Amino acid sequence: MPDETMPDNTSGRYPGYDVLAKRNGPSWNDKTRAVIDRRLAIDPEDHRIFDDAAWRTLKAVCDRIVPQPPKRAAPIPVAALLDRRLQEDRRDGHRDVRLPPIAEAWRRGLAALDAECRRAHDRPFHDLGPDQQDALLRAMQEGRLDDPAWEGMPSRLFFASRLLPDILEAYYSHPTAWNEIGFGGPASPRGYVRMGFDRRDPWEASEAKPGREDVAWEENRRVR
Amino acid sequence: MSGDRMFDDPMPDDPMEVPRATNGRAPDVFREGGWVPMREHSENEAVDFAIVGTGAGGGTLACKLAEAGFSVVAFDAGPYWRPLEDFASDETEQRKLFWTEDRLCDGDDPLKLGDNNSGRSVGGSTVHYAMVSLRFRPEWFQSRSKLGYGADWPIDWREMWRYYQEVERTLQISGPLSYPWGPKRPRYPRRPHELNAAALVLAKGAEALGIDWAPTPIATLSSPHGKAPPCVYRGFCTSGCSTNAKQSVLNTWLPRALAAGAEIRDLAMVGRIETDRAGLVTGVHYHRDGQWRFQRARNVVVAGYAIETPRLLLNSATDRFPDGLANSSGLVGSNLMVQLNQAVWGSMAEEVRSYKAPPSLALTEHWNYADDGKDFFGGYCYMSQGPLPIVWARTLAGSRGLWGEALMRQMERYNHQVGLKMVGECLPQERNRVTLADETDRYGLPVARVTYSYCDNDKRMMRHALGFMGQALEAAGATDLWEERDDTCHLNGTARMGSDPATSVVDADCRSWDIPNLWICDGSVFPTVGGVNPSLTIQAIACRTADRIQALAGRGAL
Repeated sequence: MPDETMPDNTSGRYPGYDVLAKRNGPSWNDKTRAVIDRRLAIDPEDHRIFDDAAWRTLKAVCDRIVPQPPKRAAPIPVAALLDRRLQEDRRDGHRDVRLPPIAEAWRRGLAALDAECRRAHDRPFHDLGPDQQDALLRAMQEGRLDDPAWEGMPSRLFFASRLLPDILEAYYSHPTAWNEIGFGGPASPRGYVRMGFDRRDPWEASEAKPGREDVAWEENRRVR
Repeated sequence: MSGDRMFDDPMPDDPMEVPRATNGRAPDVFREGGWVPMREHSENEAVDFAIVGTGAGGGTLACKLAEAGFSVVAFDAGPYWRPLEDFASDETEQRKLFWTEDRLCDGDDPLKLGDNNSGRSVGGSTVHYAMVSLRFRPEWFQSRSKLGYGADWPIDWREMWRYYQEVERTLQISGPLSYPWGPKRPRYPRRPHELNAAALVLAKGAEALGIDWAPTPIATLSSPHGKAPPCVYRGFCTSGCSTNAKQSVLNTWLPRALAAGAEIRDLAMVGRIETDRAGLVTGVHYHRDGQWRFQRARNVVVAGYAIETPRLLLNSATDRFPDGLANSSGLVGSNLMVQLNQAVWGSMAEEVRSYKAPPSLALTEHWNYADDGKDFFGGYCYMSQGPLPIVWARTLAGSRGLWGEALMRQMERYNHQVGLKMVGECLPQERNRVTLADETDRYGLPVARVTYSYCDNDKRMMRHALGFMGQALEAAGATDLWEERDDTCHLNGTARMGSDPATSVVDADCRSWDIPNLWICDGSVFPTVGGVNPSLTIQAIACRTADRIQALAGRGAL
């Protein structure tokens, strides 16, 4: 199972670190294994909440908000993780009165983004180049989009309260993202021992300091 | 393992779907699959106390009242967890501990609710709290008379000091031998935890600026206690503790409550309090196992925290009480107070790895006790921080507007980031309030509408704190500083206690002025919030309320 999702982490700040190498060790309990296994089993193309048009737009948006290394063999399925969250109707516990419920906000926001694209460029969002896509996302972030398709939902609020945090939540729920930033990941029951500055337990990611990348690689390959 | 299971298959024993505390037994929180005996009460016979909510207020009170010999049934809308088998080391999964159903937020500064202020579990928000256990500054109990702002509490601080000690002993708080601020207090029951690097940064900054700091008094064990092991510094505290080192209401007061004969009903959402023609409460309507049920009770205690408590009181309106129960003052729902939770973040050259250990191992209460040079009322403390990746990404992106490659580059520095975060006293304002919205929840009950706007005093405190924390972080050697300006934490007010029925909802004993057998016992009763996390004070109030109820019962005044 970990093999299918082995990240391409031979370079970067934590070369060779794979949090899944700890899966069968004392840092993971049964509940954690069950939860992460289910997450890793999600089909990257599975979408039941978003229709095909919204799905293409969403995937293009995710690629701009959380760009992934092109050589990553198994990219984090950000859009599918979000679709799964909506399928399970996992909400936040608060909703600005100017926003509709989460699934409706996403549906409307993506449709509005496409409408803005077609008006400005006569093409759907996913067909635009990265610069044009970024310009539109920036316009949304700054609240400069106001096509009738927004149906009164402020574009700035959608960006700040839905689009950005929801995509980040999906991305950073994935072990590959934990590898990228050197997060220790699941830690029960073992926990940690070394607390101070520049202290690392042997089961934590080792950072590649200039000139000692190979040391980090060796240490990371021994993480269990 | 369940890797091939469809996501929507119910688990064989899914505590979110099927109540666990039934048939004369409740989950043993200390053993996987374990049970403990539980006394059951008939719905048709009135129990002495029906308690709505099992968090810091309701759970503590259930224990104390049951131990005093009263018959008690405590209801909670959330599941009854066994941490050892139910809790993953995973931010996303553990959102199941939060109250995630929609609440509508408006005002100039709409609140974000859920993660850091609102739980839905037996044990309430203490199941995911950061365990920071601080006493109020004594003057805060008379902030109007002594400090010129807010409202006085009808309780003397010296009395509270005794109850604080009772709670600190129950939770086996680990803390410093001597505490730098306030009147003398006994030593904490357990030694302080080793400081992580994030806490050492706070210490360095405080020492450079010449102010005191201390290891945070914290409700996670620094040595074994009963069936609970010491903390292993796994760092997922605000996602729930999977080892039981955290001393929450779930694994301290509630096992005692069960042993003393209290019944706890999980997955039991109370939707309405019933009143009779005499204007007394007679019990609660609650939803459990797919149907509405009714429990008769001689007294009802509402302990749902500062949003669900007013919501239930307002949803229980009748012809006789058209504005909701206990609301002749018109103050039910108003004076909602959050606390300021702004932060300054920066980068250290060293590796900090703040995901290890409880997030807030060091603090300073300097600005809770020093009044010189302030251009605002009230106080704040600040603490070291340990955000996990999702919270961190959302903070970084939300505060700085970063996304794309710029965000990914900053995220790579995760293990070097460090921050100081305040818990600051917001002033009570009547315009900040909980009302009922037109939308309804899955039970058909109107949901809460939560209106919040900072006042000028709040904003001045924020500026002061951000400036000071920035200096402290810089003095500790952090670079690339930036401010997180829009976060809040905790919920209090909305049913304040006082000495005058015209300006308060309950008296010092948490008894409602309007209905003598209706009580409110949670953070809702706070007239002011102070600049410290509220859980210790809520539990202390609950202990005091139990003593007062016993005293009143003893002289036939219940």
